[in-house]
Amino acid sequence: MMVYALRRILGAIPTLFVIVTLAFFMMRAAPGGPFDSERRLPPEVERNVKAAYDLDKPLVQQYGIYLGKLAHGDLGPSYKNKDFTVTQLIATGLPVSMRLGLCAMTLALLLGTFLGVMAALRQNRWQDYSVMGVAMLGITIPTFVTAPLLTLVFGIYGVTLFGHEFSLPVGGWNGGALANMVLPVTVLALPQIAVVSRLMRGSMVEVLRANYIRTARAKGLPVTRIVVRHALRAAVLPLVSYLGPALAAILTGSLIVEQIFGLPGIGRYFIQGALNRDYTLVMGVVICYAALVILLNLLADIVYGILDPKVRLA
Amino acid sequence: MIATGQTLKAVEEVQGRSLWVDARRRLLRNRAAMAGIVILALIAALALLAPLLSPFAYNEVNYDIIACAPNWWPVEAACRAPGHLFGTDSVGRDLFVRVLFGARVSLAVGLVATAVSLLIGVLYGATAGYLGGRVDALMMRVVDILYSLPFVFFVIILMVLFDRNFILLFVAIGAVEWLTMARIVRGQTLSIKQKEFIEAARAGGVSPFAIITRHVIPNVVGPVMVYVTLTVPGVILTESFLSFLGLGIQEPLTSWGVLISDGADQMETAPWMLLFPAVFMAVTLFCFNYVGDGLRDALDPKDR
Repeated sequence: MMVYALRRILGAIPTLFVIVTLAFFMMRAAPGGPFDSERRLPPEVERNVKAAYDLDKPLVQQYGIYLGKLAHGDLGPSYKNKDFTVTQLIATGLPVSMRLGLCAMTLALLLGTFLGVMAALRQNRWQDYSVMGVAMLGITIPTFVTAPLLTLVFGIYGVTLFGHEFSLPVGGWNGGALANMVLPVTVLALPQIAVVSRLMRGSMVEVLRANYIRTARAKGLPVTRIVVRHALRAAVLPLVSYLGPALAAILTGSLIVEQIFGLPGIGRYFIQGALNRDYTLVMGVVICYAALVILLNLLADIVYGILDPKVRLA
Repeated sequence: MIATGQTLKAVEEVQGRSLWVDARRRLLRNRAAMAGIVILALIAALALLAPLLSPFAYNEVNYDIIACAPNWWPVEAACRAPGHLFGTDSVGRDLFVRVLFGARVSLAVGLVATAVSLLIGVLYGATAGYLGGRVDALMMRVVDILYSLPFVFFVIILMVLFDRNFILLFVAIGAVEWLTMARIVRGQTLSIKQKEFIEAARAGGVSPFAIITRHVIPNVVGPVMVYVTLTVPGVILTESFLSFLGLGIQEPLTSWGVLISDGADQMETAPWMLLFPAVFMAVTLFCFNYVGDGLRDALDPKDR
């Protein structure tokens, strides 16, 4: 197991290398640079600024310098956010994004699994149809529609519950207060709840038809025990391999959610950086995202190996 | 002689239901999928006929009726714009015709990007699957690597850097979506290449390229078709996502993403600006998903 994990981590290095190379040359191939502005800088100032950031050197040399620094864990200074290194910016943004993403992921997995199992147990009855209908809605309505709608209903109009009215904050992070998290996490989780419940229903329906489930029924085991102990363990496998794509989807969704709710995560830095041609910042965020996705894919594979005795990791 | 004729006739009566006929029958019997096809055809027709259906042009600005509700809007509104079926947007353009023009762009992006992904994915997957061995392992390893990249980020970088180029948007999204296609096609190809007719073609001296394009690809059409119907809504969503961030289609052209993003800004004062494009888009995606599910059930009857 350890050997396998180590090999996978080493295998991730070429992947990261490809990403870095691709992102680096893509950004440089485009017209325009980080220090273009409405007012042209005096030529000597521009020369000095470019020299300070090594932008005056040939492209291949710049690439070499960047790789060299990267190997030491240095993502370079941000071109636009003066006095900050990219590492510092990511260090402030990443905890916010991580917290948001993890909460959304947990919510999606728990609620999605529950709904999917419910639908499978009541296959082709109204419970099944309503869960699947709502799931289809969750998949087809984009995040940037649900976000303003939920904001309007729960944030601006407010909801009356147990006799007194309350409303949720519609933006800002406020140090990660629970009330500030509710709306963004919900919006982020909704499409994933939908996908997870569809996946779970599909695999659960299949598993419930298996002979060993019939045996368990014939033995007279209670339904909850059959579901939890016998069926779920097999049915949850496709879900585990969905973890990687789910993370990618949540990261993508967080771009929108952070924008709409004004949260200080790295998604906002990415958009800002791309619009300002802040090369180093964009590269830093992309590398960070890619490393996250690779890590989670590895984790998913290891969990898969633990859950499915047919898979031997070596 | 007469006896032979009768036997021939009998044989003709017995045969005659190919896989495709069977599949079509199953599809026709699937009510959700058929409804989806009909609605999609309707939306496509509306989009194509958009200029004929409305007296207003999609970029016709009218500052007298800014963000006005349609006449039939049941809730009280600040102002009303008679003759505008869906009301007007924040510079007084007719929303109905804009939603239909948005449909044109969104559907076009969906179809073109899917076609790009289809072309790359099918050729790549079929080649890998047919050649097998080391080449296959290497090619699929590349797909695995690309799979683990957050690719939307690359599309965003591309869109920012190359000034929101329309064509590039199509190609970029297509280039992101081909990976799954390649995997599906490879899997199918692996099983098909064991069949006798491939062996016969090889024995007959047909070149590998011709075998792939003439014999392998036509036989993977089924699963590919299913995946295509599921890719189109995905692409439409991606485009609207980019447009929402301000990186997609530029004014005065529009897409559902742009309209929804505008509508979300005005949601409190002019909810129709969000409602109509959102409903159109959701219905379209809904239909594509049901048609895709229906096709899968029709072509792959073991799952029932």
